[in-house]
Parts: sequence; C-alpha cells; structure tokens
Amino acid sequence: MRISLFVPALLGLLAAQLPAQDTSELLNRMKAMEDRIKALEAEVQALKGQAAPAAAAAPAAVAATPVAPAPSIPQEPQRVNLGGAGPAAAKVLNPDISAIGDFIGAAGYGANRKIPALEMHESELAFQEVIDPYARADFFISFGEHGVDLEEGFLTFTALPAGLQLKVGKMRAAFGKVNTLHNHVLPWADRPLVSQNLVGGEDGIDDAGLSLSRILPAPKGIFLEGVAQVYRGDSTNVFQADKRTDVSTIGHLHAYHDFSESTNFDVGGSYARGHSPFGDGTNQLYGADLTLRWKPLRRAIYHSFVGRSELVWARTTVTLPSLPFPRAATTKPFGYYVSGDYQFGRRWFFGARFDRSQRGACLPTNPDTTPCDTPIPSTRLLQDTGGSLVLTYWPSEFSQIRGQLRRTRYGEGLTANELIFQFMFSMGAHGAHPF
Amino acid sequence: MIVSIKFQTLAVAMAAALAGASHAASKINLVTSTQDLAALAREVGGDKVNVESIAMGYQDPHFVEPKPSFVLKLQKADLLAVVGLQLEIGWLPPLQTQSRNAKIQVGGTGYMDMSQYCQILEIPTGQVTRAMGDVHPLGNPHYWLDPNNGRRIAKAFADKLSQLDAADGAYFAGRYADLDQRLTAAEKGWVAKMAPYRGRKVITYHRSWPNFCERFGLEVVDYVEPRPGIPPTPSHTLEVINIMKREGIKLILVEPYFDLRTPNSIARAVGGEVAQLMPSVGGVKEITNYFQLFDYDINILVNLFQKVK
Repeated sequence: MRISLFVPALLGLLAAQLPAQDTSELLNRMKAMEDRIKALEAEVQALKGQAAPAAAAAPAAVAATPVAPAPSIPQEPQRVNLGGAGPAAAKVLNPDISAIGDFIGAAGYGANRKIPALEMHESELAFQEVIDPYARADFFISFGEHGVDLEEGFLTFTALPAGLQLKVGKMRAAFGKVNTLHNHVLPWADRPLVSQNLVGGEDGIDDAGLSLSRILPAPKGIFLEGVAQVYRGDSTNVFQADKRTDVSTIGHLHAYHDFSESTNFDVGGSYARGHSPFGDGTNQLYGADLTLRWKPLRRAIYHSFVGRSELVWARTTVTLPSLPFPRAATTKPFGYYVSGDYQFGRRWFFGARFDRSQRGACLPTNPDTTPCDTPIPSTRLLQDTGGSLVLTYWPSEFSQIRGQLRRTRYGEGLTANELIFQFMFSMGAHGAHPF
Repeated sequence: MIVSIKFQTLAVAMAAALAGASHAASKINLVTSTQDLAALAREVGGDKVNVESIAMGYQDPHFVEPKPSFVLKLQKADLLAVVGLQLEIGWLPPLQTQSRNAKIQVGGTGYMDMSQYCQILEIPTGQVTRAMGDVHPLGNPHYWLDPNNGRRIAKAFADKLSQLDAADGAYFAGRYADLDQRLTAAEKGWVAKMAPYRGRKVITYHRSWPNFCERFGLEVVDYVEPRPGIPPTPSHTLEVINIMKREGIKLILVEPYFDLRTPNSIARAVGGEVAQLMPSVGGVKEITNYFQLFDYDINILVNLFQKVK
C-alpha cells in the first residue's frame, strides 16, 4: 500500500521537474518498458510450463513481444556463399595511391628569381588510408628533378573525445591559407610574393610536430575552429632550431559563414613564432586571411568565383655584424596579395592577382633572390610588387593546362616579365583536400 | 502483488535513470549525402529521426563543395548514409575526417553505404581506365531511380534504425510495411503509364538513368557526353544526331544541372524534344518525397512521348 502510494508520488515529483512534453514521453516509455517486462515474464513462465499471470497481457506498441507480434520486416532469402573472397581481395587493404605530376615552363626575363625554361617541377606521390578505428594516415612525398622530400606525412586521430582532433607527423602548418595548400591545388602556377618573401615560399612552414584542433562554440550559422600546433622549429627561411628548445608554435583561428547556399565567407587569423634563421632571436609572423566564394548550385559545374586575400606582418630578428660585437635587430616587413578566380565555362577559369611584399634587404627568399648589392645584412627593407593574369583549362577533372602572365618589379629596381605555363595531371585515387 | 511491487520498483529505478539524463532529443540524427536517401529515411523514420541532407536535389551530386557548415551537421550525426560507389569521393571524405565523429567514419557503427543493399548496374568488366572518362569503377551510383532499390534502401534504414533504437523497432517496421504497400501500389501505376512506351529508345546527357530506364522499359542508345564527365564535342554531337535520325529517336533526357544548349540543338536537328527530368528529390520544389520524384518524371516522359509520336 505504501509502495503503491510512494510510486505515484515519486513520479509526480520527477514529472514536476521536467517540461510537460518530456513528462508525457517519459511516462509513455516507462509504460512500454513495464509492459515489455510483463510480456517477457509471461514467456519465461510459459517456457517453464506454468500458466502466464493475468497481468502479462501483450502490449501493442512494444517491439517484438511474443503475445502480440509487431509487424516485422520481411527478409530477403539468404544465399549461402561458400569459400572466401579470394586472393585478389587481400589488395583491398592496400592504401589509396595516387601520383600528381606538375610540369612548368617559363619564357621571358625573370630578373632576380629565375625559374628554369622547362622543368618537371614536382611529382607528388600520395598514400592514404584508414589505419584503424581510431586514426587515418596520409603521406605525400614530393619528387623534384634533384631530390625527394616528405612534403607531409601525418596520422590523424579521428575518434578523440571533446571534439578534439590530433595530427602527428610532418605537415604544412595552419598559417594562413596558401601555406596549407599543395602546389597542385593552387589556382596559380606560383605562390604569391608575400609567401615567397616571408613564409618560406613553396616549402613554406612545413615541419614535424603535433597539431590539435577543435570546433569551438559559436553562434548559429558560424563554423569556428581553433588550431594549436607545435613543431620542431625548422622551416627554411622562416625558422631554424639550433637546440631542442627552439620549437616553433603556430595558432590559427578560422571562422566560416554561409551567406546563402551559393555564397560563403571564410576569415582567419594566424600567429607563428619560432627561432629566427637570421639571428639569435625570434621570428614572429602575424597573418590574416579572407576568402569569398560564390558557386550557384544549379550551375556549379559551369560558374564560380573565388576571391582571396592574405596579409602577413613579420617581426624577424637579424644579427647585424656591427663592431665591437654583432648585435640583434628586428626587421618588420609586411606583405599581402589579393586575387580573384572566375570560372566562365565548364573547363575554363580566368584569374588575376596583385602582389606587394617587403623583405629584408639581404634575407633569402624561395625561390632564391640573387645576393643583395651590399653583402652585409641590414634591417633595410626592399619592396616587391607584382601582378599576374592566369588562364586555366581543364581537359578533365584529372588534368589542367595553365598559362600565367607575370610582371614583377623587384625592390632592387629590376622588372621581370614572364610567361609561365604549367601542365598538371593526376593518376589514381587522390583524396579530396579540405575546403 | 509481489510481482506488481517488483515491476513498480523497476519502473521507479528506470524513471530515476531517465529523469537524471538531460532532456535531449531521443530522436536519431541522420545525415544523408543526397535528398533521395533523406526522403526514404523520413518515410521509415517518421518522427523518431531528424534527417538532413548535404547535397541539394538540383545540384550535381558528384561536385558538392565540402563546406565547413556541413561539418557542423556531421559532428552531431548518429548515422551517416551515403550513396557510395565513389559518387561522393570528391567531397565527403574530408568532411568525415573533420567531423571528429567516430561513429560516422567508414566502417563505424553509424556509417551506411546504401549501395551494398541495392541492385547495381553498369559494373565495368575488363580493363577500366580514365580513358573511358570519369568512370565509376564500382558500378553506376544512380541506383535510387529504381523503386525496387528504393524499397531496399528503406528496408536497410528500417533495420539500422531498429538496431540503434530497439524500443521503436515495431514503429520502424510498421512504417516500412506501410511504405512498401504504398510503393507497390504507386509502382503499378507508373508501370502502367509507361507501358505504351516500353522499348522506346532515348538519348541521355549523362549516365544517370540506367536503373530508371531498365525499370520502365526504355533503351538508352547513346549519351550527349562523349564520355562521362567530358562536355559534348561537335563531332560527337553530330554522331548523336545521326543515330537519332537513323533510329527514329526523339527524346533526350537531361538533368537540371547541365547546360541545355547542345541537347536543344540536337533536338531541333532531329525534330525531337528535350526532357528535363529530375534525378533527385528536391530537384524542383514540388518534388518533396520519393513518390513525387517518379510522378514528376513519368508525367513529363508520357507527355513528351505523346507529343513526338
């Protein structure tokens, strides 16, 4: 009796703490479970050869009770397959393998930064696969004419709690946009001047380390992601690790928003810090990147537009060979680019880019600049300005032919006018790169 | 009395456990790659599932931008259902990786490749190379355009949803049985409407219609694309015109995301018609479910076959 009063009282107390809608649902579920328990008990009693209790009437609304059978899904007849899958099936566990070739030629006057007349610039070999239920691996090996380099090789842990994602290995750092892109994904045959001067050019900030990222809470409709990375601290022309403590760190915050199903906007802020390769001190980079995309869904394969811009501020320690002792000083170059790429046909893209970037007068870039006119490093800055027009034709999804007219006025007073042409082709199952 | 007390005690314990849980939705969050899978999932799942689709019905499902906003949907998903056969290979994998959702990774408990449950046509035999165009080496992925495959997809959803939510298994089974009944009746109507045109030859723009054409008795003779993914060329367009004239073919089936200039010029040359059919639910706003997809397409075909006879 007390129990029969206690139960409704407790239920009433619990129900009072829940929204009305949840209470009703909760009580329905409890009733369903109670009925199911009674039905199961009846079945047990029947199996034991005893009469089922009167209270074990089958419910109508509960799955799979023996008393009132629920509608069941008709099963197609099972065929018995004999034998295994055969030896060829062992290959299904091989990684996805692909190769991408990038051939570049150039004509005209290249001034301080010459690229060869004809060059098999890069061949990228990729191996990509799921390792186990917890991680996947991606390896990208780049072959130049004169050497082999591990461009990226990293493990991604896809099953971490709290929305975290960890990557471990060698990877292109999450600084800005262009630094994260492989050559074959760029909309140009080269990299912007600011990337060449301040962010390591084609090699970029590309180092061994760890990367932790998380999707952060944000207002509805905003995608916000934070990335924190630590690397060994070696990236040509950007960071140099002379000792173990010279690790470099990168932080990146990235926000994305859909204005409509066709138009979206992406903005990011980056910070990178490491040991300077030019002096006993730090090299710090501050970056901002903006990307605007338009792609009407009904005509997505025929028309699209992407507008991009990145700004980079550097604070680089250089050692000046002054007397009586060398002294450290800081150069503060700044650079940016603005570009637009418009698809005007199923296979045709037209683009334009404006570049402006400072650099330390005697500091190397990638591609190399010829040595500065005074051999002594200084904090003097030179400014390079350039513009490009780009036309790209896609015979298919798997090949591209590109022509780029590039004019660059270098800080030394030289002006380069070049025609660069590029052929790219892809074999195998190369996975899609992130957006 | 003792049995009754035991049940009440157990019910109290369960109520306490349930009340202690946050009052989050008990619905299953299901994300599909296409609107067609979403439509079938809604038929079976009813009000026990939240269903969202990534690709829209009027866009080419081969070329979807892997936008970060889709990552937010996938992060919360209990189940991801894909068409498979490499239809989504150009855009879905980075979204899955970035979702941080272990359930929906390939092989995970919440990952469904619906092609495994369906009859697949045009599985290449012999050597397969990209000289054949953007070929699908595992078979043609547009298999949802056969109501029999729609039935199989729905059954697979019912089975999977019952696994994830055993308490509502009878509900899903009931909804599947109801869908099966309605689909069988509707299919009879569609077959009857298309019966006078059984054996008719057609041209299609892309290889999107083999399952549809096989089911409703149409024969696809050639394609406006010289190879899958390769835009029409003048020489191939002339070949198509010649074939159509020679064999008396009057109809060209085109999806809404392809340019109509070449199909229209072919149709003018042969005195035929372009049938702009919808390959997916949501292709136009009046197609809101799987049944309306076939109603819409078959009505257009019947009207045009009558016009060109």
